[in-house]
Amino acid sequence: MTAPYFELGYFGERGALVAALVIGIAFGWCLESAGMGSARKLSAQFYLTDLTVFKVMFSAIVTAMLGLFWLGRLGVLDLSRVYVPETYILPQLVGGLIFGMGFALGGLCPGTSCVAAVTGRLDGAAVVLGMWSGVLATGLFFPSLQTFYEATPRGAFTLPQVFHLSHGVAVLIVVLVAISGFRGAEWIEGRFATHSKLSAPRNALRETPVAEGVGA
Amino acid sequence: MISRLAKPYSNPYLAGVGLGLVLLAAFVVMGRGLGASGAFASSAAGVVSSVAPSHARANPYFARYLGGGGPWLDWLLIEIVGVAIGGFLSALVAGRLRVDIERGPRFSNRARLTTAFVAGGVMGLGAVLARGCTSGQALTGGALLSVGSWLFIVGAFAAAYAVAPLVRRAWI
Repeated sequence: MTAPYFELGYFGERGALVAALVIGIAFGWCLESAGMGSARKLSAQFYLTDLTVFKVMFSAIVTAMLGLFWLGRLGVLDLSRVYVPETYILPQLVGGLIFGMGFALGGLCPGTSCVAAVTGRLDGAAVVLGMWSGVLATGLFFPSLQTFYEATPRGAFTLPQVFHLSHGVAVLIVVLVAISGFRGAEWIEGRFATHSKLSAPRNALRETPVAEGVGA
Repeated sequence: MISRLAKPYSNPYLAGVGLGLVLLAAFVVMGRGLGASGAFASSAAGVVSSVAPSHARANPYFARYLGGGGPWLDWLLIEIVGVAIGGFLSALVAGRLRVDIERGPRFSNRARLTTAFVAGGVMGLGAVLARGCTSGQALTGGALLSVGSWLFIVGAFAAAYAVAPLVRRAWI
């Protein structure tokens, strides 16, 4: 029995929505339990005092990437039926730059803002409202953005194709880069985290439970 | 104090592996990855469509969400409802539900709520142009080694680190 099951017609639209709900619940659970629903914890990523975002994101990418590679290799998953987001070089780079500015200012991204909001963080709800308004406004102005939005299309375009590598070698390189990134992240935290704890103004009432989970 | 009873967050690497397995499950079951900004887009399309149906159909960005089961049964919208439920349950079990405004010690609540709204709007623009956000591009496209997704990751982190010193007052 090969996967992806929905693509191969093992279940229909109704089943797909049940899967969406179940997968979403697991996704939200993982984000919250890692501390990704806390804007203070996420924003600390950009001041080098807590690199949880980097660690969670890249261990997730590496895990899913290795899983895709091995399930494909073992014939469990038909990789040609997995949807690869299409590449549009310029709008995605510019979109990333704009997104990053909002991320630093807001301390939350779209998914984590939903987690922050439902766990009681009013600033998370403000990010959700802003995000929704921003998408609505951009959508309303879309006709004037469309030329740029569709510029530099490359279709389903992957790193192995760019660098003329096999899938396996590209996966190996990303794993090695991630491992050195993790080592670097631990070193940076060791250097900056203690420094910030000494110098940051403390406010006992506003002390979040973030610090307790940082160890390891 | 409820926060004193809050359980510590899980190890970031273990949480990341868990998240990666959820993403992998989405690939195996659905043939697609996770997302978040798409849910905002489909619900915006749903609202525009109920206020001005012909306008929504004429707009190429909103129109794509109006086919199939309609904008309110969009896969990513249902997935985000799940994210909200899962996040709530995890915080409930761990004792981390708390009404609060997270901000830097030198920043007022009003300033935080205002900048949070503006930042959300900026991310909305960025996510539309990039065709996704940290979930749909960084995690999903990242694991699929998509070039556009890795450009998004590099662009987003570069801009965030460049802007962070300018908005330091909001957090530190």
